[in-house]
Amino acid sequence: MTTAVQVKKLTMVQAVTDAMRTMLEEDESVLVLGEDVGINGGVFRATDGLIGQFGEDRVIDTPLAESGIVGTSIGLAVNGFRPIVEMQFLGFIYPAFNQLMTHATRMRQRSMGRFTVPMVVRAPYGAGVKAPEIHSDSVEALFTHIPGLKVVVPSNAYDAKGLLIASIEDPDPVLFLEPMRSYRSSRTEVPEEKYSIELGKAAYVKKGHDVTVLTWGAMVSDTVKAVEKYEEKYEATCDVIDLRTLYPLDKDVIAESVRKTGRAVIVHEAPSAGGVNGDVISVINDTAFFYLKAPIQKVTGFDTPVPVYSLEREYLPSSDKIIHAINMTLSY
Amino acid sequence: MLERFPITQYINEEGELVRQDIKEGLSLDLIKIFYEKMLRARMMDKKCVNLQRQGRIGTYVQYEGQEAAQVGSALAIEEGDWMFPSYRDHAATMTFGHSLRNLLLYWVGRIEGGIPPEGKNIFPPAVPIASQLLHATGAAWAEKKKNTDRVSLVYFGDGATSEGDFHEGLNFASVFKAPVVFFNQNNGYAISVPTEKQMNSKTIAQKGLGYDIPSIRIDGNDILAVFMETQKAVERARSGEGPTLIEAVTWRYGAHTTADDPSKYRDQSESDRRRTTTDPLLRLERYLKQQNSWDEEWLASIEQKITDEINTALAEMDDVPEAEIEQLFNHVFEKPTWTIEQQREHHMSIKRGQV
Repeated sequence: MTTAVQVKKLTMVQAVTDAMRTMLEEDESVLVLGEDVGINGGVFRATDGLIGQFGEDRVIDTPLAESGIVGTSIGLAVNGFRPIVEMQFLGFIYPAFNQLMTHATRMRQRSMGRFTVPMVVRAPYGAGVKAPEIHSDSVEALFTHIPGLKVVVPSNAYDAKGLLIASIEDPDPVLFLEPMRSYRSSRTEVPEEKYSIELGKAAYVKKGHDVTVLTWGAMVSDTVKAVEKYEEKYEATCDVIDLRTLYPLDKDVIAESVRKTGRAVIVHEAPSAGGVNGDVISVINDTAFFYLKAPIQKVTGFDTPVPVYSLEREYLPSSDKIIHAINMTLSY
Repeated sequence: MLERFPITQYINEEGELVRQDIKEGLSLDLIKIFYEKMLRARMMDKKCVNLQRQGRIGTYVQYEGQEAAQVGSALAIEEGDWMFPSYRDHAATMTFGHSLRNLLLYWVGRIEGGIPPEGKNIFPPAVPIASQLLHATGAAWAEKKKNTDRVSLVYFGDGATSEGDFHEGLNFASVFKAPVVFFNQNNGYAISVPTEKQMNSKTIAQKGLGYDIPSIRIDGNDILAVFMETQKAVERARSGEGPTLIEAVTWRYGAHTTADDPSKYRDQSESDRRRTTTDPLLRLERYLKQQNSWDEEWLASIEQKITDEINTALAEMDDVPEAEIEQLFNHVFEKPTWTIEQQREHHMSIKRGQV
């Protein structure tokens, strides 16, 4: 078979749009809702052109009310639709936390499967784009702690399309986090056709022998750059793993890599305390403890509010810090 | 605002018909059905309070005094419509078809208790305050998108109107013309906080003005007013005219829950007075007596019927096998995650003594 797959080079935000367009075309029950998602095409243009193609009954500009958007989407989802909700920024999701925590994620169990909420909440997040305060928060761990919610973070255009399609097709609520810094920072080849990437599966970004570096979102490209710098200068080589789904974690890939290397470094831009790093360490503890040659290192943001932009470069894990952590684990 | 939103009444406290325009639709048979449904709700409520006192069910949320508001409104919707109760609205859900068995199971902490009979769109009771207004709006909006004439009826108390979700629910319903009836039961207290500390506005109905939602204030202890006015709101919604806000002014005789002591924050003699004045059942009894249609034998027969029904439900509650441990892990996701599977296996192996 030599059927040519049509491929385009897309930015991540274009791939997000492409995934929504694909699903809006395929499934009449799919809706897009949010603030400014219609005529304006979203503040990041993630929904650009969708209202023209699908109309305002399916691509819906809502009132400015996050709890209202998520709460009404629960009603829509229970009653036969598949809403894709856009939070303008993850830092604006706090008013909707109640609806996610107390209803969206509990409805299936509270009704023993009678009422279900097949809904995706998309949210741009993370520091590094000089956004005003609150806009850059990286609070994924608040959501990995909610039972009944999957948390997905792509780091490139190809994954963004496949993971978003899988999230839309998932029968349960999914929080889909889009690292703003990666929206337009690169292009990846993306097939025009529909495809999906199974949730809960991590990806090797590169392979090595001596240290496993685990990360996600915008920190993937920063980590790869730091690791390349490191490998140019030192002998050792690294596995770099993009976790892609933060709940549930891919325990098999984490175990496989750490058993091979015996050393692990976790890199995330969110505050350390109560962060996803703890869950990753727990998986390593359960699956690869006897293979460890050194304590697990972590490189994270500070336990401080994500700062306004004059200081955000200080806040984000730097190449130096990542390299330092790799050195620490190797020199133990 | 009190003049702008007068309390609509059909039958007054003395049991006199104060609106002649409805006399044709007001058969004695209908009044007797209303009475029976309210008596059923009241007897069930009293039974539940007793069961809690005996330790047979957990903390319970009673509604005695609010039967007209709940029963009258629930009778105004039909199968296929949606009902979104709060935790105080079992008189509404049992009237709409929720089984007494599951109602009891809810209060013994069983998941099954939140599940309505097949074909009945009744949500599990919302425990957070006002969050359900948005679900009702969303489900109603979905019906509109599907071009049906189905509607949502959602219940909430006076305290709920202070929450953001109340305002967001009204706003979304207004903007998208969702076929939803917002049914407020203003019983004067949000646990211990009286209405005048809850809001500076004189009525809840007036809050609909800000959203251009037709809003009315009714005597929530007058089941005729509740039924007729809710029916009008339901018809408005069915015909595509959008949402309505109803403020039903009522009173809870008892405590907020069986764990609450209302004598700390209000004069309970008001409840005693109301049992002889505004009571929703007494009002219909007075009306029927004035029509020379009160019949003690009939009363005895429906009391017996209801007692039998409640006893059957109670026996069913007692017969339900213990909750399966597996329920902890089931239905969190359609397909459990590996973490849940692992936790289930570990927990069960310890239970079986294998660890």
